[in-house]
Amino acid sequence: MDYGNLVVSSSPHIRSEDTVQRIMMDVIIALLPATAASIYFFGFRAMAIVVVSILAAVATEAVIQKIRKKPVTISDGSAVITGLLLALTISPAMPLWMTAVGAVVAIGIGKQVYGGLGSNPFNPALVGRAFLVVTFPVHMTTWINPMDGVSSATPLNLLKMQGIKTGYMPLLLGNVGGSLGETSALLLLIGGIYLLYRGIIDWRIPVSYLGTVAVLTLVLGSDPVFHLLAGGLMLGAFFMATDMVTTPVTKSGRLVFGIGAGLLVVIIRLYGGYPEGVLFSILLMNTFTPIIDRYTRPRIYGEVKTK
Amino acid sequence: MQLKSLTFKGGVHPPHHKHYTEHLPLKKAEVPKLVIIPLQQHIGAPCDPLVQVGDEVKLGQKIGEPKGFVSAPIHSSVSGRVAAIEKRPHPGGGLVLSVVIESDGLDSLDESIKPRGNLENLTAEDIKNIMREAGLVGMGGATFPTQVKFSPPADKPIDTVILNGAECEPYLTADHRLMLENAGDVVLGLKAMMKAVNVKKGYIAIENNKPDAIKAIAEAVQGEGDIEVVSLKTKYPQGAEKQLIKACTGREVPSGGLPMDCGVIVNNVGTSAALGNAIKTGMPLVERIVTITGSGVKEPQNLVVRIGTPFADVIEQCGGLADNVGKVIQGGPMMGIAQYTTEVPVIKGTSGILVLKEEDLGLKPEIACIKCARCVDACPIGLLPTKLEGFAQKGMLQEADEYHVIDCIECGSCSFICPAKRPLVERIRLAKAQVMAEKRKAKQ
Repeated sequence: MDYGNLVVSSSPHIRSEDTVQRIMMDVIIALLPATAASIYFFGFRAMAIVVVSILAAVATEAVIQKIRKKPVTISDGSAVITGLLLALTISPAMPLWMTAVGAVVAIGIGKQVYGGLGSNPFNPALVGRAFLVVTFPVHMTTWINPMDGVSSATPLNLLKMQGIKTGYMPLLLGNVGGSLGETSALLLLIGGIYLLYRGIIDWRIPVSYLGTVAVLTLVLGSDPVFHLLAGGLMLGAFFMATDMVTTPVTKSGRLVFGIGAGLLVVIIRLYGGYPEGVLFSILLMNTFTPIIDRYTRPRIYGEVKTK
Repeated sequence: MQLKSLTFKGGVHPPHHKHYTEHLPLKKAEVPKLVIIPLQQHIGAPCDPLVQVGDEVKLGQKIGEPKGFVSAPIHSSVSGRVAAIEKRPHPGGGLVLSVVIESDGLDSLDESIKPRGNLENLTAEDIKNIMREAGLVGMGGATFPTQVKFSPPADKPIDTVILNGAECEPYLTADHRLMLENAGDVVLGLKAMMKAVNVKKGYIAIENNKPDAIKAIAEAVQGEGDIEVVSLKTKYPQGAEKQLIKACTGREVPSGGLPMDCGVIVNNVGTSAALGNAIKTGMPLVERIVTITGSGVKEPQNLVVRIGTPFADVIEQCGGLADNVGKVIQGGPMMGIAQYTTEVPVIKGTSGILVLKEEDLGLKPEIACIKCARCVDACPIGLLPTKLEGFAQKGMLQEADEYHVIDCIECGSCSFICPAKRPLVERIRLAKAQVMAEKRKAKQ
């Protein structure tokens, strides 16, 4: 008998079925309810923004990888998520070409300059959004009311500028002004619960992030429920502060990350110039991720405490 | 009796695949025409041959004499004539000096083989002698000489002996069938081990996916107040020494230390049964139970195989290989050793011969790490495999050392779970070896 073709490699000899593609697919599935709602509320305009953002993100990734003579990895799904997340953070009134520029920046400067998937220190979608906020401030803050289609302010804006507080029910369901994906807290929560159920994200970041915001706003005399439901907090807590690449790998590190981001949101929302602080809270905490990991290494088995 | 399942932190749940063989009773394998007996089947110094080409040897005759303290003698597993003493492929890798014996098919016994009397009449020294003379080594696969384990330095008091019946490796059922069919020898061996180091507490720890084995062992220890049967959660690597000690006693082996540093000696149930058998019959370790299994074997079985039987002979008795064989592995799929030839012999540490078809290998190209931290959650030691792999790849040995690379037990949970299919433990293992080598150099 000829055994001449045996494969020899070191153990282990079996691998789990889990793949990066499957993880990315789960994130996309979890974003579908909120995406569908944005199309329901804002119509064709929202759909066009989503499509343009995703196409621009994927194309940017492919073109840069071609130029760098690297394997094209758009099938891993990560660029699709970046495009989709970016779309969900921008206003339905945004011109499509600006949306595309945002997606190009998100992938180009947010991800590929660092070497691509896994190497970027900042959440690429938020890099794209940050670029749009400073480059096209007017368009990024022109909001539309989903009910009548006329321009209106976001709930956080109304509170900050005019002291008007939107009710809980509209915030939950999403018939308020805001970016595509941040209107309905309920649908984002459903997506987040799906990710928790599938084991894609760790509860520690959303819970510590949301918990910190709730406790701090309460202590500081604001309405915690309003602050949890309004703005981009739900989207950020479940889909951006949980981005694997840019957040800590240790369990206690994730708590630190969530608490830090929560603190920043409250400071910006209550005392800062911007009505919303989710974007910068996560980007700022991204910079701390390596050092958080370093100082929150778990205790190892049999570690001797002396020395 | 109430059994709560104990466990450890971390770990993974690979598919069990025990269904191939868990219900198949033990069968004696045919005595091979030719055995290849390596003179090193243990961790430590190899043996010197005691025979020459052309010599007649008996079953159970000592043919290899240990050269150092950490070593174990080697015995002939057949009666017959020594055909060659030469280097042959070894399942642990490389070529090892081996005694090749042509069997005469008579199995005539060496005159030294006789019962050693009742355990009550044996002293601790007698028991350690039997361990040494029977050539006992850890039969779970690590093959550390048993008698050496039972000779701890005076400043390391031992108060607990644990028998490892976890068998947490997927596919393997050798220990399972042993506990079902020969619980008596397992328990006798444990009692002897406890007597050898004058210990009052013994555990037999079994994963809870083997309820019949737990029951069989529990029945066999009835009336033995010193021995406790422990049900373990079914999780890999539950049978790793450190994880087992933690689950049973709550103690931890200090980093860089041995089980004896926390007062414990751990042995495989197979080793214990071999000791029980050596006391009862005087027979040294010349055969062992091997699970021959996997999608690449036509009729998987649990066979009692003579040491030195070539893998090819054993596989032939299991209906031969299927088509598209990808890997032949000694041991289980998580920590076993892939073979390049089936000419290698079964040795004392061969718990299984696993044959996987090409499509089971899950060979996929690695992609970038997305820092999902599944490896961090899986590591039973609490290491950060994703970081260690990075250090290993970049040759950052100082950082790897700082992140405790030498505490890695190489269980492979990180590589198994990685969705990016990265060879984590493979790279970490290399960095660990390099760091250990540097440390040894620094000591000199």
